[in-house]
Amino acid sequence: MMNSRVLFGSYVPMNAPLHRLDPRLKLVTCFWYVVLVFFARGPWTYLMLVAMLAGMIGLSKIALRLYWTGIKPLIWVIGLTVAIQILFSSGGHVYWHWGLMAITSAGIAQAFVILARFILIVLASTVLTATTPPLRLADAIESLMRPLKKLRVPVNQIAMMISIALRFIPTIMEEVSTIVKAQQARGVDFASGSLYTRVKRMVPIMVPLFIGAFRRAEDLAMAMEARGYDPDQERTRYRQLTWQRPDSIVLAVVVLVSALFFLVLAFT
Amino acid sequence: MSYRYEGSDNIGTTAVAKISATVPSGTTAAIIGHTGSGKSTLMQMVDALLLPTQGEIQVGDLTINAQTPKKELVNVHRRVGYVFQFPEKQLFAPTVLEDVAFGPINLGRSEEEARQAAKETLAALNFPPEQLDHSPLELSGGQMRRVALAGVLAMEPDVLILDEPTAGLDPAGQEELLRLVEGLHQRGITVLMITHQMDQVARLAQQVLVLNGGKLAFDGRPADLFAQPDLLEQNHLAAPQSVAFANRLKQAGINIGAPLSLSKLAAKIAAQVGGGHNDE
Repeated sequence: MMNSRVLFGSYVPMNAPLHRLDPRLKLVTCFWYVVLVFFARGPWTYLMLVAMLAGMIGLSKIALRLYWTGIKPLIWVIGLTVAIQILFSSGGHVYWHWGLMAITSAGIAQAFVILARFILIVLASTVLTATTPPLRLADAIESLMRPLKKLRVPVNQIAMMISIALRFIPTIMEEVSTIVKAQQARGVDFASGSLYTRVKRMVPIMVPLFIGAFRRAEDLAMAMEARGYDPDQERTRYRQLTWQRPDSIVLAVVVLVSALFFLVLAFT
Repeated sequence: MSYRYEGSDNIGTTAVAKISATVPSGTTAAIIGHTGSGKSTLMQMVDALLLPTQGEIQVGDLTINAQTPKKELVNVHRRVGYVFQFPEKQLFAPTVLEDVAFGPINLGRSEEEARQAAKETLAALNFPPEQLDHSPLELSGGQMRRVALAGVLAMEPDVLILDEPTAGLDPAGQEELLRLVEGLHQRGITVLMITHQMDQVARLAQQVLVLNGGKLAFDGRPADLFAQPDLLEQNHLAAPQSVAFANRLKQAGINIGAPLSLSKLAAKIAAQVGGGHNDE
């Protein structure tokens, strides 16, 4: 598990139409999609959402199998939420009950809605992260937050923090793997033992990991200062975000589909 | 044996391909090669931290292959000591003594025995006894390296893997470490050492494995490797100082072979100058 290179939310390098779109458009559309998911009511609107998602996945040209590996680690969370929903909500016909728990028709209907929302949202955000390199996303966030500068929000610093955090995720994953191996080599048996001993075994991993992270942060801060980093300086960027024709087309489609969505919602 | 890293979308990288080699027990073997040549992957397979995708590895009477059950890997970890690059990064315990005793305790020794083993190992490494209850993180870089090394040596491995053990040490620290490796060899421990320092290879190793792009490019005695300038160049390796000097002499028309240390070089030159004949 530690060494798995396919992670939830990791970028899949390709040159599909969706990869080429402006990250700002993708980010906003993804947010908007989540909003629509919460508005959806009744089979038609959900069908529309599924169709939109299918369109996005199609444009991403990424194999469905990879999306599946993206969702797999979340199955427990989804399952638990659905189970709680089924067991603890009331209303409608009661099929079975025991103490506080009951299986009701309303509960099952609710659980289906939750399940559908979960899957749609997770998939939509996976489309976003699979087609957009993390640093482009950080650029998009910075660009979209720019108006907040007027309110004295330190947009530059926040953007720098996001990009640094993203940059160090692979480094830290690598480090975890090395530390785990080093402690394994010292005879730690990660494969067996009770829950308590398993948790206790995390100490020889977490302590060096945190010490390393702090040391690295200090080194990085020093290196940035040595190179004259001034957080308040206006920065130019290497990766320019340029709005192009396909972006306008996609935006138009998003607006149209959204309008249709609310029409359907109003008439059902 | 081979090892393949699985990537997303079936884009895997074969880190080590079809390597077959034997290191007799008690030998000090150097593993050399360019960055990314598969040295660390190979060594991690020897300690069963990675399992070969194809083929098998024999450590003593233990056999490791892709099917080896996880529970049995612990036996390999107990037999083989692995000192990672910059091992001081893995220190975690509140005191030096506890950190060094961590390995022996994992072997199933009692607290008392483990502490005893830790104290003895640290003493053998000339670690100042008054610092045993200090935090390992307060120590100097060289001392930290020593504690990390003691943590592995206290487990009394039969095979010791060292991944660039002298990296980042000052010259005195490097010399001390090389002496330590010599001492381990005299005690009959099999040492596998990854290094980029050809002088260390010439000085310590009886066997040298050269990896290039995941393949075994050379397996034999250091003297035979350094006597082949073409092979060195193909694998982006430099010759040790003494050999480099002898090669320059060779270009000037004086052939004294490939002496593996400066003292041998001096002796060869002395013989050349004094006796006027070549005894190689």
